[in-house]
Amino acid sequence: MSKRGFDMRLALASLLLWACSPLWAQTIGVSIPAATHGWAGGLNYHADETRQRLEEQYPGLSIIIVTAEDATEQANDLEDLVAVRGIDALVILPFESTALTGPVRNVKRQGVFVTVVDRGLAEPGIDDVYVAGDNRGMGRVSGEYFRQRLPGGGDIVVLRGIPTVIDEQRFNGFMEAIDGSGINVLDHQYANWNRDDGFTVMQDFLSRFSSIDGVWAQDDDIAIGVIQAVRQARREDEMFIVGGGGMKDIVRRVMDGDSLTPVDVLYPPAMISTAMELTALRFTAGIPIQGEFLLESPLITEENAEQYYFPDSPF
Amino acid sequence: MERHLKSAGPFIALLALVLAGALINDAFLSAGNLVNILARSSFIGIIAIGATFVISGGGIDLSVGAMAAFISGCMILLMNFLLGFTDSVPLIITGALLASLGIGAAAGLINGLLTTKARIEAFIVTLGTMGIYRSLVTWLADGGALTLNFTVGDLYSEVYYGRLLGLPYPVWIFLATATSGYVLLNHTVFGRHCLAVGSNDKVARYSAINVDRVRTTTFVLQGICVSIATIIYVPRLGSASGQTGILWELEAIAAVIIGGTMLRGGHGRIWGTVAGALILTLIGNILNLTDAVSNYLNGAVQGIIVIVAVLLQRGVWSSRP
Repeated sequence: MSKRGFDMRLALASLLLWACSPLWAQTIGVSIPAATHGWAGGLNYHADETRQRLEEQYPGLSIIIVTAEDATEQANDLEDLVAVRGIDALVILPFESTALTGPVRNVKRQGVFVTVVDRGLAEPGIDDVYVAGDNRGMGRVSGEYFRQRLPGGGDIVVLRGIPTVIDEQRFNGFMEAIDGSGINVLDHQYANWNRDDGFTVMQDFLSRFSSIDGVWAQDDDIAIGVIQAVRQARREDEMFIVGGGGMKDIVRRVMDGDSLTPVDVLYPPAMISTAMELTALRFTAGIPIQGEFLLESPLITEENAEQYYFPDSPF
Repeated sequence: MERHLKSAGPFIALLALVLAGALINDAFLSAGNLVNILARSSFIGIIAIGATFVISGGGIDLSVGAMAAFISGCMILLMNFLLGFTDSVPLIITGALLASLGIGAAAGLINGLLTTKARIEAFIVTLGTMGIYRSLVTWLADGGALTLNFTVGDLYSEVYYGRLLGLPYPVWIFLATATSGYVLLNHTVFGRHCLAVGSNDKVARYSAINVDRVRTTTFVLQGICVSIATIIYVPRLGSASGQTGILWELEAIAAVIIGGTMLRGGHGRIWGTVAGALILTLIGNILNLTDAVSNYLNGAVQGIIVIVAVLLQRGVWSSRP
């Protein structure tokens, strides 16, 4: 083989290589809570689906999803993502705002583009993009529905989640919205965002209160347990139940016009997709996207339920 | 006399809680509430009866909560799958019940053999299987929840909500399991061997007792009890997820200890365990029926009552250490 022929082939090969690997080859790390409950299951589903779609659309983009069981594990994940995987951008849904602020700041110092989802960090100026879920607004929208549904006031019970900042913000938003409406909260108890606890707590509320006009369950997993307890007591015609999140089983009921669950309030696990898409745009389109994006929690009603119904999602 | 008073400890605590409940809220003594408490305590109660055998035989099983979640998931998947082959719902449910008992016994056998044949501490073996079953059910459910098909769920829900002579089926199943457990532990050769092994396994071995077989059998019994609890759990909500049965292992162990069984083995009280399970359920129920205690302190109240209940059956009645 002549030297000249070899050179030609080498040049061709490098040309091919260059064409196949776009200049913007980038890695995005995504750090989210593990799928230990319904909402987080939905979060994982949407994250994985978005990863597949983005990687197909932009061959130079590689996305790594890591899941953690708690804040400490998540902090370890961040170190690995930077040191071992050499990420260019981080999309993170922090377990706890305060605990993760330091670790994310360290990531930022390495020159990584940072997108924070849902819960904000305790210190401003670290994140480049913040896709915020509105927990207070979620409670407020629920409260406003109760106001409108019970114009003359009424007696309701509230089932809360796990004692955390999220639960506190939702609860306060709700209480502010019903303030002065004549709606009386008979009692509120923690049901830990869990179906079994929702069932048990609601059974006890039903034994204790002979008349209940409405139930704010705050979460769709809790709502599933509440529905069963109300059915068992055969008091379906007495009250209505409002959950939250946008679980497909509950959205389906709303869509079918079930009078026990007339509405649901969205708190979309798909917010992780919004954040991943925005972050990818930063690298693929090079357009300015810095800033804060607030995702609202709209009321899901019989009329609009179809657009929030994802039959393939586990949540 | 002193011994009788000591074994009465958990029942005295139970009685005191019932009185407290009655004073706190009139609704407490309503038939509906009492039936709810009995039916609710049957899950932990049945699992705790199995745990009484394991613990009095000198072992411990931390995997029961995760095992319950895993078996629930398998039952739901199997029933949904079988619906594609036959329309006979009773046949589908029977198939799921048999599968449940089979998986429970097999899971117990694995725990038992790893403990006795592989000579790994029961604590570590069951800590490992706990993680395995918990992840498996989360994986089966894709991180979400497995939901039983409505056609099957409708008929099967009768097992939890249906009643015989005014009491729900779970209460009868709880009672039957407790009675069988009592006879097995106190009136059979196996029961005596179980206590002997738990009390001192070297002495038991010299007495020609097959220690490994006895220990393994206690784990199999535990697995079967978990399966029975699952059979009445699944029809309640018709779903299972990674959250199902969280911390049930601790509640079951607590029920056993409150009931007067020693954590170090060699000593078992089935009816005490039943009282222990009822006490644990009652605490939660009473807290839900009152505003007197801040929500944030529920856990503290539970902790105090559990410790007082154990004090009642240990220290207070006896001057001995």
